[in-house]
Amino acid sequence: MKPVLEIENLRVGFADGTAAVRGVSLKVARGETHCLVGESGCGKSVTALSTMNLLARGARRSADVMRFHDYDLTSLSDRDMARLRGDKIAMIFQEPMTSLNPAYTIGSQMAEVLERHRRVSRAKGLERAADLLGRVGITAPGMRLAQYPHQLSGGLRQRVMIAMALMCEPELLIADEPTTALDVTVQAQILRLLQELQRELGLALLLITHDLGIVARMAQRVSVMYAGQVVESGSAEALFRAPTHPYTRGLLACVPIPGKTPRDQPLGSIPGVVPRIGPGFVGCAFRDRCAHAEPACGGTVPRRTVAADHDAVCTMVPA
Amino acid sequence: MNARTVSAGLGVSIVGFLLLVALTAGWIAPHDPFEQDLMKRMIPPAWMDGGSVEHLLGTDQLGRDYLSRLIYGARISLLIGTLTVVTSGLIGTALGVVGGYFGGRTDDIVMFVITCRLAIPLILVALTVVALIGSSLTVVVLTLGLLLWERFAVVARTTTMQVRNLDYVAAARAAGASTPHILLREILPNIMTHLVVVATLEMALAILLEAALSFLGLGVPPPLPSWGLMIAEGKDYMFFSPWVIVVPGVALFVLVFGINLLGDGLRDFLGVSQRR
Amino acid sequence: MIEVRDVYRHFGGRTGLFSADRVVRAVDGISFSLAKGGVLGIVGESGCGKSTLGRLILGLLPTTSGDIRVEGQSLADLDRRERARLIQPIFQDPYSSLNPRQRIRDIVGLPLAAQGAMPAAKQRAEVMDMLARVGLSAEMAERYPAQLSGGQRQRVAIARALVLRPRIVVCDEPTSALDVSVQAQILNLLADLRRELGLTYIFISHNLAVVEHVATEVAVMYLGRFVEQAASDDLFREPRHPYTRALLASVLTAEPGIAIPDVGLGDIYPDPANIPSGCRFHPRCPIAADRCRIESPIRPPKNGRIAECLFASDPVRIQS
Repeated sequence: MKPVLEIENLRVGFADGTAAVRGVSLKVARGETHCLVGESGCGKSVTALSTMNLLARGARRSADVMRFHDYDLTSLSDRDMARLRGDKIAMIFQEPMTSLNPAYTIGSQMAEVLERHRRVSRAKGLERAADLLGRVGITAPGMRLAQYPHQLSGGLRQRVMIAMALMCEPELLIADEPTTALDVTVQAQILRLLQELQRELGLALLLITHDLGIVARMAQRVSVMYAGQVVESGSAEALFRAPTHPYTRGLLACVPIPGKTPRDQPLGSIPGVVPRIGPGFVGCAFRDRCAHAEPACGGTVPRRTVAADHDAVCTMVPA
Repeated sequence: MNARTVSAGLGVSIVGFLLLVALTAGWIAPHDPFEQDLMKRMIPPAWMDGGSVEHLLGTDQLGRDYLSRLIYGARISLLIGTLTVVTSGLIGTALGVVGGYFGGRTDDIVMFVITCRLAIPLILVALTVVALIGSSLTVVVLTLGLLLWERFAVVARTTTMQVRNLDYVAAARAAGASTPHILLREILPNIMTHLVVVATLEMALAILLEAALSFLGLGVPPPLPSWGLMIAEGKDYMFFSPWVIVVPGVALFVLVFGINLLGDGLRDFLGVSQRR
Repeated sequence: MIEVRDVYRHFGGRTGLFSADRVVRAVDGISFSLAKGGVLGIVGESGCGKSTLGRLILGLLPTTSGDIRVEGQSLADLDRRERARLIQPIFQDPYSSLNPRQRIRDIVGLPLAAQGAMPAAKQRAEVMDMLARVGLSAEMAERYPAQLSGGQRQRVAIARALVLRPRIVVCDEPTSALDVSVQAQILNLLADLRRELGLTYIFISHNLAVVEHVATEVAVMYLGRFVEQAASDDLFREPRHPYTRALLASVLTAEPGIAIPDVGLGDIYPDPANIPSGCRFHPRCPIAADRCRIESPIRPPKNGRIAECLFASDPVRIQS
């Protein structure tokens, strides 16, 4: 089946010469959750923003392929892209407070999405908004429509954001750390909701997160990013069963698991810091922090297949 | 190189140039600014009919060299601007930081004082004070300094309230640091950038107010060459010899314009570096 | 080592001429004691009052009532220098906890300087020693916070907290703002330093997995109270409060193939200005009965455990 979103060799550079994204390729199919996981500054959010063409001014984007269904996103005009955003492609951000306009009611902001993209009357828009608020588990949606963002708790606001993203029946939902600002119990509720909606509506979900726990529970496919590159990718099942790249393995060792991680022993940790990647950087970006680094890591490291549907960029993987 | 950088650069150049002029007035002024020569009254600037190269900007009604007076006048304007801002800055910052840091009753008092100050008609009080005590440079500086602190106080108070809640202030308190240490070392350096921007605005205002007071005859006493005083002295002749007020007027405009550009530039520059 | 007795902290009262009284009961009757070398993990969600409690223990905020004693001395009777020698904080966000206008050596040296009467050379030696202990090189001393990474900044904050060799360190979400790989480094460092220097930690966090790893004793805080408190092993093996169970269920471990739990707490948001009658958790509780609305579940601790639930001794009901 043809993927809903297909990106090949995406590169993003900033005006100051840093390479934020260095050749990222990924696919998201209908009904599939693809998790992009990595630490701050690894380029996962930049990847998402460049898909939406929402990069800050001064950033340069190029890609061999960047396709949403039959739209070629690399050549789409700003106007056509704006038409696609919030319609067929929707996005949810980390902090729902800053993505909602404090001066308008929830209802008017939701209805406006439909008015803009579908030329639907306000009354119809409000009707659908109420419908969707009920769908995302908000009790008394009629009352919420008349409220302003500051009157809602963080969890409710994120539910509103999700409902708003669904207004135009999108096919691709990009969620950038949607639960990071929320309490743990609320996080579980929101993730459950996303999972249910996705199954029901057949959404393609690109979920960006730093939390391997979320990845393990949500993803069918995983791409682990480090310093602007996907260093390991594969089906969630394969990747968690046999994590291959030393960075992936390091990340997994860093997170304590209640009842399993021994209390009196130190947690696994990754020494050092992420290097600054300028133009002309060659070799594995992780080599300075890697216990298995060898001279070959300073040269170009190819992407190699670990198993079916599982590959990694590391010299340790046999060719 | 965008428009903002250009205008900030222009502001720096203008203020820097005039500062240099003011500091080196003794060397670069072609004549003694106080030397009268009644034989050479109202000579027009060099480019007009009857002008001479000896007096590039002409002479005034007492035959004093206008360029030299303008150069020495820059000194007066910048001196008054700086001294006023230092005085008002000290008062306003002290009040604002104390009110913002301690909050509660102390802050109520500070707010009351600020409100009282805002209710005082600035020009009227300045005029009255100078008229009562008599005009001198010190009186002008003190009067303006004691009146122009409210913006410092308001800005210092709000920025202190933001900084006060940051964890490094809590850490300093937990470290056993004294209140003076917290106010002077932890808070003040972190609100300084905002105060510097206020200082430029207040300086421009102080220079204009001094000119206004001098124009009304209540600023610096003659024969000191203040630009405002030059305009006042020239006003009787403006229909026949417009340059006598155009020249100091343009100088005043350029200085205040330059300071404001500098202030805007500082705000952009410092604002950016504040972000993390 | 530290003993906290019936501590309350209420905020507000009348906020304006026309607004009604609105008292926020941020800390609403908390007692505990902690022995030397122990780590008390305090877990709870945003707004439960855990940070306020931390500030009360640090003496940054006066209590409304109640007493906090460290080594037998009441915190209220100590001056700022004596208090600083006993208790020090580590905050969550290393970007806001270091003064951006000061060099690292001055930041770490501040607690020493505030004590007064220490020769400059000795202070410098102590600072350098502490920087080395937290794994920072000597040249860092001359830098400003903006030149350091998040993990390095948190190490500076730890050095500042420990330079006076305090007895107790209040860690308020010390790793939540950090990346996971850095979080592990910092947790390991804190564990090493505790052993080396014989420290006692109060470790505030929303992350149960982290608390389980570091704490010897755990308190679960909800709307200003410890609704459950027990030795770490006991609490994780056999939680007795439905809220603890919900928190435990919400921990998403990196184990694929397990479904995301249904925590079943509804979307009623707890409001510390409007604490429910009876059991304060009953509006969100999946096992609440009618009597939970009326009857207070507060009981004296039994065998060192607190579980403020009317069904605490009814394992069948709790497990459901």
